[in-house]
Amino acid sequence: MVESIIERINSGRFWDFHGGIHPPEQKTLTSDKPIKQLNLPKQLIIPLQQHIGREGELLVKVGEQVLKGQALTLSTNPMVVPIHAPTSGVISAIKQSVIAHPSGLSQLCVFLDVDGQDTWRKRNVCSDIKQLSNHEIIEKIADAGISGMGGAGFPTHIKANSKPDINFLIINGVECEPYITSDDLIMTEQSDAIIEGIHILDRLLKPAFILIAIEDNKPRAIKAIQKAVDGVEKIKVCVIPTKYPAGGEKQLIQVLTGQEIPSGSLPIHSGIVMHNVATCFAINDAVRHDIPLIRRVVTVTGQALEKPQNVWALLGTPIKFLLEQCGAKPMVNEQKQPVIMGGPMMGFCVSSDLVPIIKTSNCILVPSKKEMPSAFDTQSKETECIRCGQCSDVCPSNLLPQELQWSAKAKDYEQLEKLNLSDCIDCGACAYVCPSQIPLVHYYRIAKAEIRQQQQLDLKAEKAKQRFEARKLRLEKEKRARQEKNKKAAAARKAAMNKKTPEANEAKSAVAAALARVKAKKAAGNLANAKPQVEKVADNVIDTGSDEKSQVAAAIARAKAKRQLKADSTQNSTVDNSEVNHASQSVETASHSATDDKKAKIAAAIAKAKAKKQHQHSESPGNETSPANTANITKKSQREETPTLNDKKAKIAAAVAKAKAKKAKQKQEHTHADNPVIEAKAKFTDTEVISSNDEPVMANEIKPVKTKSIAQANDKINDKVSAPRDKKAKIAAAIAKAKAKKKSKEAANSHKKSSDNPLTKQPDESI
Amino acid sequence: MSILIAILVLGIIAGVFGALLGFASIRFKVDADPIVDQLDALLPQTQCGQCGYPGCKPYAQAVAEGEAINKCAPGGEDTIKKIADLMGVEVQPLDDSHQHSDTDNSNRPKVAFVIEEDCIGCTKCIQACPVDAIIGAAKQMHTIITDECTGCDLCVAPCPVDCIEMRDLPDTINNWQWDLTSIPVKQLD
Repeated sequence: MVESIIERINSGRFWDFHGGIHPPEQKTLTSDKPIKQLNLPKQLIIPLQQHIGREGELLVKVGEQVLKGQALTLSTNPMVVPIHAPTSGVISAIKQSVIAHPSGLSQLCVFLDVDGQDTWRKRNVCSDIKQLSNHEIIEKIADAGISGMGGAGFPTHIKANSKPDINFLIINGVECEPYITSDDLIMTEQSDAIIEGIHILDRLLKPAFILIAIEDNKPRAIKAIQKAVDGVEKIKVCVIPTKYPAGGEKQLIQVLTGQEIPSGSLPIHSGIVMHNVATCFAINDAVRHDIPLIRRVVTVTGQALEKPQNVWALLGTPIKFLLEQCGAKPMVNEQKQPVIMGGPMMGFCVSSDLVPIIKTSNCILVPSKKEMPSAFDTQSKETECIRCGQCSDVCPSNLLPQELQWSAKAKDYEQLEKLNLSDCIDCGACAYVCPSQIPLVHYYRIAKAEIRQQQQLDLKAEKAKQRFEARKLRLEKEKRARQEKNKKAAAARKAAMNKKTPEANEAKSAVAAALARVKAKKAAGNLANAKPQVEKVADNVIDTGSDEKSQVAAAIARAKAKRQLKADSTQNSTVDNSEVNHASQSVETASHSATDDKKAKIAAAIAKAKAKKQHQHSESPGNETSPANTANITKKSQREETPTLNDKKAKIAAAVAKAKAKKAKQKQEHTHADNPVIEAKAKFTDTEVISSNDEPVMANEIKPVKTKSIAQANDKINDKVSAPRDKKAKIAAAIAKAKAKKKSKEAANSHKKSSDNPLTKQPDESI
Repeated sequence: MSILIAILVLGIIAGVFGALLGFASIRFKVDADPIVDQLDALLPQTQCGQCGYPGCKPYAQAVAEGEAINKCAPGGEDTIKKIADLMGVEVQPLDDSHQHSDTDNSNRPKVAFVIEEDCIGCTKCIQACPVDAIIGAAKQMHTIITDECTGCDLCVAPCPVDCIEMRDLPDTINNWQWDLTSIPVKQLD
């Protein structure tokens, strides 16, 4: 198949692609003048990104002196192409500046103040490229920052990397767009260098054939290239008929080989690689002479210029400088003279004359008003589509421009994709032929940009969704982990408790002891009597704690303590109640002695009896009280006072109760006089109660202590008050009674059972 | 007699088709509710919660169950239109409560920005961010990963020192859109 293609090419016959137009070429403005070498401009503005891909990492700082050819950025990625200083000078600024883009937006640029010396960095000129390996050559191409110079600006080192089974390497010297002659001139003037570059590519790609395509409107270039090729069998110079846009990649492939590259596919998949002639020149420069891509041929043309010409422009040269060099009329910018970067078909108006030349800029077009009136119009002359169908006749990609236009206006992006908008090469042929002057390509460009943006948004939305889901999952996981951890910790605690290690037992017993203590304290709060006992119990618990069966022991101890407490409290309360009730009731109920309640009467009697006895005792010399009485007093006082009762407390209590005692005494005297019979009975009962009181162990134990303490308290009171002894005794009794009253209330509340107790019934029986 | 036969025949046919449909409904049962996923795909996935649901998926679920379709503020009219198409309902204007006062600028894409000198490192915004687009740690300055930020502004309210603000995404060459004022193409003579 390759052979049949070559045969056909040799016979000078080519294929044709669909559509295409023949606009006025306007190439004669510049094609017959040699490429002009320009003076150095004062300042260069070098954008960091001049190709398709991403910008590299900056290597220079503001104020740094750079030499010609020195790299300004570093490539960190195959899609990143470095940039170089086009001449020597000082970096004056690195800032945002307007770049060669239809948007007129700014991008980061390196501002280089040219010093005029034009001193090269150290160059590593290679005399014999045969000594270089393919890898080294590709590295040199990459380091030289070469990207496609035809327009798209794809990094060349990627396209030059060897791939198997390349049938055709096509060198594109078609240059089909009107006005532009830069490739024509470089082929004419630098044909040998271009052929050298082609040989380097030949070595890298190893294609079956190399086709150099040149349109038949460039006779001088064809002659020069044919001469330079010098009959090398592998290289065919193909002179193809002029038709716009024959220079489009897919169109040129179709013209040369008859193959149509499918939509969405790349030429490489069909075994075809295409490079621009200017790129071949740059490759030769880079590999042989170690000259990075720092200059290019730019066609500065248009009838508004006095001297339209092709020039060697350093990358970064502001358009303004080029226009001045080519004789732009001074009023150019005041008239709002449009300056078009690129050709008339595919170029765009630049927004500022400070826009610099970049690697892909091949033409600056400054048309006069007569030449291109539409460029001066501020208002569009667009009218409705008349469905003439001329646009689809000329479309080189076989699309339906009018349908695309409607869908683009309606923003129906789905339909646009169905109509293969992505295959549109923006050639502008449809807009060129449109009788309604519809700027079709612009609608497509907008639609393409919007589709691209929508795709980016979709991608971002998808990413956001994933991140949201991931976050939700993570939060849930964390929550679960937390719960599990808590559960585990609880289980571990339980397990540690149940293990029969000494530590665990200790811990257990400590807990048990603490529990016991807490209970004891509570009990002690209610009943001071119980406290020593409980403490003992608690002590026992702690003592037995280290025991293996400490838990059981503790439990038992606790149970015992509880039982004892209960017993104590009931006993105490019964005693207390029987006594206290009597004492208090004697105060409360004695006044109305005719109470129906038997119990009340008895109680009153007992109280009276006690009061009388106390009275008598206090009258007798010294503190000698009957044992029964002492016991009574002791118990009464004990209720409030802790075992460690001190004198101070007793003193205070005594002082407080003094006033009360007086009142109480008066009442006692009253009752005493009223109920002599009951009094006698009470005496008997009293003794009974006391005898029964002897039974509880606790009470017995505490009795002596209490007696002592009370005695001491009494002594103190004696000393302090220095009142008559009977009075003192009375006071003591009063204190006791007052306390008893308080206690009785508590006891009555908490131990209602006491009435069932045999001890309380005793007085009843005694009657 | 013929009537009986007719009834019988029709009855048998009805039975056969009934059985067939019953079988098909079990055999070709659709597990998930595909409409929810379709709706979710239409939503902008900002996870901003402006619709009153905790994310886009829950709102999609709610719409599938009959919730109003006009509550997605970041999606705007386009999203409402798409949802209306999918659900077969009328297009409604955006919910009043979601209309911004500055209508001309409200639908521009925004990203959150931390005024770093004011940040006290409380991590409240990090907890609020639905897409984990804020990095930082306790008592460390926080910052927004602009590429991941959906512009939902959920982090603005929790900030105790008001150091987060929503800023317009800057125009770059990558998100710039053509307009029709660039060069027209014209026949030359």
